[in-house]
Amino acid sequence: MLNPELHLREDLFEATTQSATRDGFGHGLVEAADADPRIVALSADLTESTRTEEFKKKYPERFIEVGVAEQNMAALGAGFAEAGKIPFITSYAAFNPGRNNEQIRTTISLNNVPVKVCGMHAGVSVGPDGATHQALEDIALMRVQPNMTVIVACDAEEARKATIAAAKTGGPVYLRFGREKTPVMTTAKTPFEIGKANVMWKAENSQVAIFATGALLHNALLAARELEKKGIAVTVINIHTIKPLDRETIIREAKSAGAVVTVEEHQIAGGLGGAIAELLASDFPLPIEFIGVHDRFGQSGEPKELIEHYGMGVSHIVEAVKRAAGRRVHV
Amino acid sequence: MEPLTEAEVRELSSKANAIRQTIIEMLVAAGSGHTAGPLGMADIFTALYFRVLKHDPKNPDWPERDRLILSNGHIVPVRYATMAQAGYFPVEECLTLRKFGSRLQGHPERERLPGLETTSGPLGEGLSQASGIAYALRMDHDSNPSTSSGQARIYCIMGDGEQDEGNVWEAFMFAGKYKLANLTAIIDRNNIQIDGYTETIMPLEPLADKYRAFGWHVLEVDGHNIPQFIAACEEAKAIYEKPTVIIAHTIPGKGIREIERDYRWHGKPPSPEEAKLFLHELRTMEGKVESEHQ
Repeated sequence: MLNPELHLREDLFEATTQSATRDGFGHGLVEAADADPRIVALSADLTESTRTEEFKKKYPERFIEVGVAEQNMAALGAGFAEAGKIPFITSYAAFNPGRNNEQIRTTISLNNVPVKVCGMHAGVSVGPDGATHQALEDIALMRVQPNMTVIVACDAEEARKATIAAAKTGGPVYLRFGREKTPVMTTAKTPFEIGKANVMWKAENSQVAIFATGALLHNALLAARELEKKGIAVTVINIHTIKPLDRETIIREAKSAGAVVTVEEHQIAGGLGGAIAELLASDFPLPIEFIGVHDRFGQSGEPKELIEHYGMGVSHIVEAVKRAAGRRVHV
Repeated sequence: MEPLTEAEVRELSSKANAIRQTIIEMLVAAGSGHTAGPLGMADIFTALYFRVLKHDPKNPDWPERDRLILSNGHIVPVRYATMAQAGYFPVEECLTLRKFGSRLQGHPERERLPGLETTSGPLGEGLSQASGIAYALRMDHDSNPSTSSGQARIYCIMGDGEQDEGNVWEAFMFAGKYKLANLTAIIDRNNIQIDGYTETIMPLEPLADKYRAFGWHVLEVDGHNIPQFIAACEEAKAIYEKPTVIIAHTIPGKGIREIERDYRWHGKPPSPEEAKLFLHELRTMEGKVESEHQ
């Protein structure tokens, strides 16, 4: 059952309310900026599609257009932060942090300055743009940099909260957002704390713990409901913060279930699956099934069609849970 | 600023010579590092720290300070040696360069040593950071003219080989567009890079024309003529519409005949035997004075 403590949307399964996480970012950025005059936003010629437009309209003097120059934008961001600002640097994830990875490493993470790297249009769900624009390695790139916090919002409401929270950390943060409208699952009352995972779906005698991040969390919840009908009890945990991981919650849920499925719209190497595997391998080894992109590039297509093609649909999660349950360790 | 007297010029030259000696000593102790670039920039660093920059070695985070961003981080021995001479830390600490636990990392790290504005080494990123700082401080000044940091000037030192990096030109375009007049870039035009001479590896000329085309005010100086360099920094302050770039023509390895102009000295340190000879050369001002104990 859905965790009543999280105040999730009643129409969650019907998915009647849809919004893109980038839209949540746009609203969150303005809210954060209302509260803190140090916030500035940099755009690399994608102001409208990164949803930085709203900020630009309200705070034109705090908006900086840098042109199609993501490397410059990252190091400029570091400069703004060195001078006391809290810069949000915005572009598509394929370029930010794809193109400017080394600038982020040296001038942001090693310098340890509060630049917020915002990567939009992540994952295959960008759709028709094709493989070049479908970032599938950005979580891995950012997760390996010391000092960097990595957040993937599951819906527009969480994206809004994550943006506001990111502004306050005092350090570098990577925020990953999607292009497409996806189901809104959470409400204003749903708690959000960086580094604190939310157990979305609970079950007595859970056999498999599903750790999901981003909008695919919705597929994980649909799978959980279907599995319940088939008599397979699972828990679904929203890992919105991939770094630092909520070790306590992850180990507790994995341990009580005895097997794990990870779900992410990213290469399984280096992303959420990799992070969970590293944690469990060292602290509590358990069988894991990985839902994500398996060492392939994306391609043009409709978002839903691509999610299915690359094995990230509800049926794929259901099958992965069954496989994981079969490999379950009784503890 | 008043022009320098002859005595002041002599005093600054003598400081630059002491800085060169420290550079040789620290590179020998480290056993690795770059030699030619740091020696070639000793006069400019002397001019900056002892004449041009508004700074306080006892209060490195002073908000009103001018910011010196070193983009080509590999020449950092000259910055460490100059900072030590200026009183940021004891000169003896220079001998910890590149050693485990040292604040003086092989390439400079802002988090480790107060007085460094940025971390650098990977080329092409300094001017972007300098532009970000310049833009942000101007924003503060525009929103509140009494802001203490609003009058600060931002200096960014870059290598000429570094101009091969695409990121550099993104930053030149940005600073030109936003007319960051509080920003002065200084190019160490010593014509060498690791693999050879700059015009062989990737020709840069006509460099001044390129900067002009990007909307910058361009000055060219002899990087070993301290009064000329200081005058250029002063002229930059008077240009309100554009950022200024000073192309400083320098001799790599300046001060030691065996090193001067030889690109093979870009990335290696002297051996202890060579260092002895080089220090003698510096202490006797290229044989002009006989005693090493002046």
